[in-house]
Amino acid sequence: MSNIQQMFSFLHNRKISISIAKKIHKIADELRKRGYEKITIMHVCGTHEHTITYYGLRALLPENLNVIAGPGCPVCIVPAREIDEAIKLAKDGIRVLSYGDMYRVPGSRESLAQARAKGANVMVVYSFMDAVRIAGNDNIESVFFGVGFETTAPTVASFFVRKKVPKNLYLLPSYRITVPAVRYILQGDHNLDGIIAPGHVSTIIGASAWSFIAEDYGLPVVVAGFEPVDVLLAILEILKCIRDNKAETINEYRRVVKWEGNLVAKRIINEVFYTADGDWRGIGVIPESRWLLREEFSDFDARKIFNIKVQGSIDIKPGCKCADIILGKALPTDCPYYLKACTPQHPIGPCMVSSEGTCSIWARFGGHKVLELRDKIREEVFKE
Amino acid sequence: MERITLAHGAGGKEMEDLVKKLFQKIKVVKIPDSIGLDNFDDGSSVNVPTSSVVISIDSYTVDPIFFPGGDIGKLAATGSINDVAVMGATPIAALDSIVVEEGFSIKDLETILKSLANVFESENVALLGGDFKVMPKGKIDKIVITTTVIGYLPPNHKLILDSGAKPGDKIIVSGTIGEHGAVITALRMGIETELGNLKSDCMPVTKVMKIAIKNGDIHAAKDPTRGGLAMALNEIAEKSKVSIIVDEEEIPIREEVIALSEMLGIDPLALACEGRVVMSVSPDTAEDILTALHDAGYRDARIIGEVQEKEEGLVLLRTKAGGLRILEKPTGELTPRIC
Repeated sequence: MSNIQQMFSFLHNRKISISIAKKIHKIADELRKRGYEKITIMHVCGTHEHTITYYGLRALLPENLNVIAGPGCPVCIVPAREIDEAIKLAKDGIRVLSYGDMYRVPGSRESLAQARAKGANVMVVYSFMDAVRIAGNDNIESVFFGVGFETTAPTVASFFVRKKVPKNLYLLPSYRITVPAVRYILQGDHNLDGIIAPGHVSTIIGASAWSFIAEDYGLPVVVAGFEPVDVLLAILEILKCIRDNKAETINEYRRVVKWEGNLVAKRIINEVFYTADGDWRGIGVIPESRWLLREEFSDFDARKIFNIKVQGSIDIKPGCKCADIILGKALPTDCPYYLKACTPQHPIGPCMVSSEGTCSIWARFGGHKVLELRDKIREEVFKE
Repeated sequence: MERITLAHGAGGKEMEDLVKKLFQKIKVVKIPDSIGLDNFDDGSSVNVPTSSVVISIDSYTVDPIFFPGGDIGKLAATGSINDVAVMGATPIAALDSIVVEEGFSIKDLETILKSLANVFESENVALLGGDFKVMPKGKIDKIVITTTVIGYLPPNHKLILDSGAKPGDKIIVSGTIGEHGAVITALRMGIETELGNLKSDCMPVTKVMKIAIKNGDIHAAKDPTRGGLAMALNEIAEKSKVSIIVDEEEIPIREEVIALSEMLGIDPLALACEGRVVMSVSPDTAEDILTALHDAGYRDARIIGEVQEKEEGLVLLRTKAGGLRILEKPTGELTPRIC
């Protein structure tokens, strides 16, 4: 077996995950005796929610421990107005290049996919590199709909820094930054006892970017990878911190994430973008939470070049709980539409559209039923 | 190269010549005192040695029509045989209907028909007759085959239905899962180089069923085609009003299928099989069935789980990480036209 195979057989190993789960139960029990009726840990990454639900990890966790999903889906939080802008451009005949995940997310009235069916000029691409290649080859006026957290911005920035963006390719920047969103949640009313920080984002910004959680808000935070054992270890580390009354910043994902992050990526983001206050879909404005193109790149800024005007944007349909679900204040099952009017085949809110959205993950892998059945099926889980 | 023309489907001399040409190289099982393909009559008649007849019909549109492990002809014969076999019946006769696109290669048609006939012959199923039509170029994608298979329930045998699973039953799969779906998906995505030695599992399951019926008590059985193991288990759980719990670690899946699934971001449990059976069997006969299957060369057959009372229609999966997730019915079309 190669080293990588060995590593993954370790990370998928049932004996190891069960033994970690037993330790989690033991500490959670101690904490219960000390008065912790409910311990709540939030992660902020769609891939973490996928790991937790896909591997059925909630069934391994004790009753007084909740692991909830926070703002971890970058396409779910793009405000409807910015999707409307992309649709407006595409309807005006300018070719809009979009990630597949964003393509299906509804704006105020329709998605890019629906607009394309009516003749709007939309093309799905896999990356900004794809967009550069396509626009460079055919010279057609194109706009790249740039969405994502800290993970997608550096690739785009690198093309601008190296001056490799063709003149006919413009950027519609809809980037958002996770750190300010977590700070926003911690500043408000919350019942959180710890945070699992996202592994992918942290490869760029470094584990150190999360230390404010421990320092300013007194909560333990663990940067975690995406295998089941990674997530369980992160939960265990947080519980140990709670038990020992410590607020620490721990990097569980050391095989990938450095304390200071990727210095080159951070530098080029800074060279190309500046931070500004940004609105998050259904949530409102979060200070310093978005990236926009700096003045020297304004020739590539779709908003400046095309003077896009959209009006009357509606983020969330009345009754849809997407915004609360993104903030970790509601579960998909709290939404009246979940699996009734809103399904993966006919989504209403953005959380049901994206494969990283909590509602979509729960719907596809039965997340709601595991919670309902957790106590009935617990005996199965620890059966040797 | 000889090509199909619209005249080949017009019902006249050209068609007669083509059909005779195509069938002269093919051996067809003949049932005594029956009217069959060689009679070229309007219909066929068949003597059945029982009163209970099991019939199934399916259309096959797989794209690409030739794939590692088979072609659309083999698939069309196998698929309908399997639908009859998993109900506990012995397939005995078949009808086919072939629609091809104008311009289709006659050599390819011959190859496809030979594959189809080979399966029927090796399974001792009489091809009683069929229909042949040609559609103008562009009005159909290459070829569509429909097959009907008729089977009979041997005396003192019971029909095996999806709704028969009982709490306590063991769930057995007859072999590694997902190979047909993985092969077709990989071909369609243009990554056939990643397939290695992987082939479609397309083959009749009559022998598996015979061994299982002989050595134990099968309460429910399905061939997990579109929607894969996930769909088949959900259908059994729903119709039998039971819950099923399966252990991901016990499910036999080839390394290549796992690798392809991870690469394509798809769930191997939702990938189609075309030569496997999933069955719910009485617990006291499960080991006997498994041993008999292993002895007959079905070495990858496994007990993967059991039937419980808990929640009607629920399929639980004990994951590799030891957690539990609900194995939902797959949604959306993973890859259209896989069979």
